Amino acid sequence: MSAAPIALAGEPRVDLAEARAHGLSTEEFAAIERILGRTPTFTELGVFSVMWSEHCSYKSSRKHLRMLPMSGPNVVGGPGENAGAIDVGDGWVAVFKIESHNHPSYVEPYQGAATGVGGILRDIFTMGARPIASMNSLKFGSFDHPRTRFLVGGVVGGVGGYGNCVGVPTVAGEVMFDAGYNGNILVNAFALGLARREDLQSARARGAGNPVLYVGSATGRDGIHGASLLASAEFDAESESKRPTVQVGDPFTEKLLIEACLEAMKTGAIVAIQDMGAAGLTSSSSEMAGRGGLGIELDLDRVPLREADLTPYEILLSESQERMLIVAERGREAELQAVFAKWDLHAAVIGHVTGDGRWRALYRGRVVADLPVGAISDDAPVYDRPACVPAASDALAAAAESAAQADAPAPAAALRALLGSPNVASKRWVYRQYDSIVQSNTIAGPGSDAAVLRIKDSRRGLALKVDSNPRACAIDPYIGAVATVCEAARNVACAGARPAGISNCLNYGNPERPEIMWQFIRGVEGLRDAAIALGTPVISGNVSFYNETEGRAIAPTPVIAMVGTFADVRLHLKQYFKIAGDAVMIVRSAAPSYAASEYAALFGAPPRPLAPIDLGRERRLVDGLVECAERRLIRSAHDVSEGGLAVALAEACFNPAGIMGVEVDAGDSGHDGEVLFGEGASTVVISAPLENIEVIHQIFDPLEVRRIGRVTTAARLTIGAAINEDLAALKQIYEMALPGRLNRP
Amino acid sequence: MKWGVVRFPGSLDDADAIHALREVLGQDAAMLWHKDEALGGAECIVLPGGFSYGDYLRCGAIARFSPIMQSVARFAAEGGLVIGICNGFQILCEAHLLPGALMRNRSLAFVCDVVTVRVENAATPFTRAARTGEILRLPIKHGEGCYVAPQEELRAMEERGQVLLRYVDEAGVASDAANPNGSMRSIAGVANQGFNVFGLMPHPEHAVEKALGGEDGRRIFASIIAGGARAASRVSG
Repeated sequence: MSAAPIALAGEPRVDLAEARAHGLSTEEFAAIERILGRTPTFTELGVFSVMWSEHCSYKSSRKHLRMLPMSGPNVVGGPGENAGAIDVGDGWVAVFKIESHNHPSYVEPYQGAATGVGGILRDIFTMGARPIASMNSLKFGSFDHPRTRFLVGGVVGGVGGYGNCVGVPTVAGEVMFDAGYNGNILVNAFALGLARREDLQSARARGAGNPVLYVGSATGRDGIHGASLLASAEFDAESESKRPTVQVGDPFTEKLLIEACLEAMKTGAIVAIQDMGAAGLTSSSSEMAGRGGLGIELDLDRVPLREADLTPYEILLSESQERMLIVAERGREAELQAVFAKWDLHAAVIGHVTGDGRWRALYRGRVVADLPVGAISDDAPVYDRPACVPAASDALAAAAESAAQADAPAPAAALRALLGSPNVASKRWVYRQYDSIVQSNTIAGPGSDAAVLRIKDSRRGLALKVDSNPRACAIDPYIGAVATVCEAARNVACAGARPAGISNCLNYGNPERPEIMWQFIRGVEGLRDAAIALGTPVISGNVSFYNETEGRAIAPTPVIAMVGTFADVRLHLKQYFKIAGDAVMIVRSAAPSYAASEYAALFGAPPRPLAPIDLGRERRLVDGLVECAERRLIRSAHDVSEGGLAVALAEACFNPAGIMGVEVDAGDSGHDGEVLFGEGASTVVISAPLENIEVIHQIFDPLEVRRIGRVTTAARLTIGAAINEDLAALKQIYEMALPGRLNRP
Repeated sequence: MKWGVVRFPGSLDDADAIHALREVLGQDAAMLWHKDEALGGAECIVLPGGFSYGDYLRCGAIARFSPIMQSVARFAAEGGLVIGICNGFQILCEAHLLPGALMRNRSLAFVCDVVTVRVENAATPFTRAARTGEILRLPIKHGEGCYVAPQEELRAMEERGQVLLRYVDEAGVASDAANPNGSMRSIAGVANQGFNVFGLMPHPEHAVEKALGGEDGRRIFASIIAGGARAASRVSG
């Protein structure tokens, strides 16, 4: 098998032009010829083009991602596996990851979003963990844009269509509408699974001669070059024509695959397992072999196909969904095949592990690809792309423009407008389309600061939240990233859980532009500093570059998924005021500002920079919240985010068990709009029995803790003389904003 | 009491039903496999929620042909108790063990929410632990829960008391606004003429624990269990 593979009849000739059409640069094609000592075959060129794509190789980001804190006392599992895991106690580990599916979702919203959910679920159960929860972060354009309603309907339908049918509850998420995403929406999907620590699976091939099994759906032509051409390039007028590169999801098969894989793992006959995600069979086989320092040989004639005439090129690059690759212990194939037969799934032996370090594919008895494993899995180029500070921040300039029309509304009118803004309003229209209760673990579902899940047969539990703050990142990509991590941690702590680990999805523009690279590097630095300060390791993540259309990049959007743990989930908190007469208090680590606020987006405000964030104070706030919850000192906690303090107070009154009221003393700053509607102050609204006020002050010292009012039964929101509103009417505004814009006429 | 929960490929709330029955209600519940025919001596069969066989044809249309469903049909014909929840309700309609059919929600969208339903007939094995007119808070989660049947059949069903649950508002009044899926006559759950087969779109198995939002689903299970105990005492007596 040492002879070089030969071109198949009818294949295009491989040269620089063909390589460039595959998305490879002149330098990269030269490097491939140098590594091989020959020109690659057409099939091999296809393999390099996906494996060396930005999406698969992280060639622009890898150098910088190394600065993230990836270890910690609670981190389980070695580096290089599919997803990280954290110890959540009682022998359980949580495996979780967030990933982007932005471009496919813009081109074909339903299938793009659906397969995003499916792909991230496979990343979780391939680790041996049963997926128990999903979340998502969705960013759409403004409602003025003609495509927005279509995209919202398709994406939400796709997330629900897949998640609901696969039996994994969608428990939390975030949705934002901003003109900056008109031409490039973001769809980031998160999944979390639970496993017993000893049951975690490996994705590292072992044992030359061990058989390689292909399980799940048959391979078709869908999704070829999804990773290289769609995910790793900017959008332009041609993007519509790339619809065939979007995969089609089959959640029913995914459900069978989950059950069959988890059952097959119990046999102990699986050595390694990996899902066939981006670059399908090629990446899963070469990465498993690469991690084990071994080789792999695949016989493509044995791959289950939907159409008999697929070429080797198509078989290797197909991104057909719901497929997994398994390295089994030699002689135990039949045991595994029996499990998959029970679930009516394909399980074909299609190759074996070798000791020669080559990645080899055979087709009709001939070698069609023969490459060093390392060349495709590890030796992809790593770039240190130039970065430079942009001349002037676009966002600041835009803010300056909008400031011109600033004409401050009365506080009550501002509050009503904010509650009716799609970014602040209830997202019930969205999450009502998601099954949030299947599996019987959901204690707090969508609409909460963080979702709360119990772990059956244990007192322990989990809190989950996904957050982002592109407006802050647009002004300062470093402070914006720090603020995002802190907000996610605060949300989890508001539920009473201790923040324990992060997965991140870093959505940026074209990394070949130095100002984008600068945004990215500053974002990673912010993520690093905040994660270290809060003691929350980054255990998994994903980078999505090229989020641009016609040369216009999105605002930097690092999305942070935070997972927190409860020692006793019965002590969890919700955001709602409960008992009339309780003290309403705010705790904050900084001063509120109109910078990057929803108020500024609606009404305009003078541009201003973001204040630096004191991470020591942020840590104090988070620790204090957890302590208050564990000592049962407070009855509710709610993070102040979009819309500021006044909106947060209203939301805390919207108790599903019956609307409560709140009376806030004007105090020294009650009439200051920035106090009522400003953001970015890391503020939490809590309610507590009067006798606990003293000790709460001590716990949060030296942060600003202030008693601002009391809970009432009157269903009115009163803030000094500035605001006196009927909360039932406010709730109506809050609930009807999205249905009013999205329901069919 | 001995329960059998059928697991079809694509069943999703099967484990939830087992959890509710075993861990919360202390029952003897076993999982039954769709390719088997044996019902394992179960006194009540649960067809759980989910998307059996992907529901790629019509909901429940393929599941009715599975080997286990032939046994379930025989069991029902002999008077055995069968409860179909959500997809289970759809399967029972497809299998003609219950009248009517379930169509796409009026909104054309999947809906996950908590609804209020009124018990319309408490003199059945599935509702005897409730009062007629009692209002239960139960979760729903479905895309195809719009119950339809010919008008004449509906009238006959109403007369015979086969409509067991109806969507109502908090005050107990049926209305368009309180009807989450467009079901005719706001029907949420129906029984067969023998009152031994019951299908409902709400999920009682997701409403048995206070920590998860409510316990009203216990009414349904308690009714069945009470009947089982009565039958057992008849046998032993």
